[in-house]
Amino acid sequence: MIISEQKPREEILGMLRGKGRVFIVGCAACATKCRTGGEDEVKEMKRELKKEGKKITGTMVLDTPCDERMVKRDLSHLPSLKDSDSLLVMACGVGVQTIGKLIARPLVPALNPLFVGTTERIGRYYEYCSLCGDCLLDGFEGLCPLTRCAKGLLNGPCGGGVDGKCEIDDELDCVWALIHEKTKNPFKTYYEPRDYKKILMPGKRVVR
Amino acid sequence: MARFSEKLKSKKFIITCELFPPKGTDLRSLLKKAEALKGIVDGVNVTDSQRAIMRISPLAVCHMLREKDLEPIFQLTCRDRNRIALESDLLGASALGIENILILSGDHPAVGDHPEAKPVYDLDPIQLLKTARTLEGGEDLAGRRLKGAPRFCLGAVANPSFKPLELQISMMEKKIQAGAEFFQTQPIFDLRTFKIFKEKISNLETKVIIGIFLLKSLKMAQLLDEMGLKIPKGYLKRLEKTKDPLKEGMDIIVDLLKNIKNECDGVHLMALGKEEHIPEILKRAEMV
Repeated sequence: MIISEQKPREEILGMLRGKGRVFIVGCAACATKCRTGGEDEVKEMKRELKKEGKKITGTMVLDTPCDERMVKRDLSHLPSLKDSDSLLVMACGVGVQTIGKLIARPLVPALNPLFVGTTERIGRYYEYCSLCGDCLLDGFEGLCPLTRCAKGLLNGPCGGGVDGKCEIDDELDCVWALIHEKTKNPFKTYYEPRDYKKILMPGKRVVR
Repeated sequence: MARFSEKLKSKKFIITCELFPPKGTDLRSLLKKAEALKGIVDGVNVTDSQRAIMRISPLAVCHMLREKDLEPIFQLTCRDRNRIALESDLLGASALGIENILILSGDHPAVGDHPEAKPVYDLDPIQLLKTARTLEGGEDLAGRRLKGAPRFCLGAVANPSFKPLELQISMMEKKIQAGAEFFQTQPIFDLRTFKIFKEKISNLETKVIIGIFLLKSLKMAQLLDEMGLKIPKGYLKRLEKTKDPLKEGMDIIVDLLKNIKNECDGVHLMALGKEEHIPEILKRAEMV
């Protein structure tokens, strides 16, 4: 899922300056899972913004704000939107932009999306996938070096690791040490340079 | 004078050292140090914004060393350039007569002085070694023909303190297959690490130039120790007690050199800004 954090309150308040009437949108998917934009966080945001003197015109936690169909079904027809100076969106950038595509009101993003990752438990998230367009996991014992090696090396470790930890963070496992622990074999296979045209930005996939 | 690549092919003991390009355009101090190394070392590595601290381009410095009749070893990292820039710099180096290239991944920007920079690592060191060999064949990575093909003497790095060491040795094998003709290692401080490493590499058909580091202060030794380069406790004590840490560091490095000079293909001296002492160190170790 998409791991996110809430922007600092001061930053959010700065973006909301001059906007007295705020509608808050949350996300029942990823942002709920990492507790940055679910029901509880939307309620908390509402309380805090009220304290700051804002009028909250409504709140809504969408099933998936990243899906135009959900935005159309549950949000875009609400009369209270017209009465709002701004929509504060507690979802990732996809959620913000999907809502922006369908609703012609000023938007304020409340979250910083961080990465696609796994949840060990609430509060501990780790990046596992770079959406590289050509999954390599079969060759590396199910551990992605492109994502989990700080340098994204494909043909084995650099010399910077110390005792199985990464040169940039001594609490971060060197993924090559983890892979080696599993295979016990030397890394003989040569991996060609990646084909980045597969993931040219902006990505687009049109199947039908 | 024979070129570095020819010396590598001979049985000659190789001595290299490294110079750090400055942050800025004033190269007077670097060139003065380089002058003093002429005829004493077989190659001078020019680092590529080492520790991810931004410095003047090593390619420019290598060119200036060539003009002074020194044999530069151009350190080329994967950190800051995509494959287009890497190929382009390799061609540029060759056109300037710089044939020795040391290929490495490069310290991550997060540990340097521009931690906000975008890390590139479009190619990894093994892919870059192969790329350099592809260019020598008259083609680029896109399969397009080159007008004039380069010639290189390619090196790579190894870390004798890496655990598990088997993994590092298998990386060396892979680098040799990709085109590495020589290795320069991270510094070794204790003879035990050296002996174990020497035994493990005995079957590799390559030249391994062992890194030796001038410890110029206790603080530096402690820092390296934290970075996983085992510094013997005895050295730390000696550096703590002495009133002249640089002299003590020189005594240590001379001892080390005497111990290993007949046991390896060559040594790579890292003097970290104190290169002017290299001639004296080599003399005291009876290596010149």
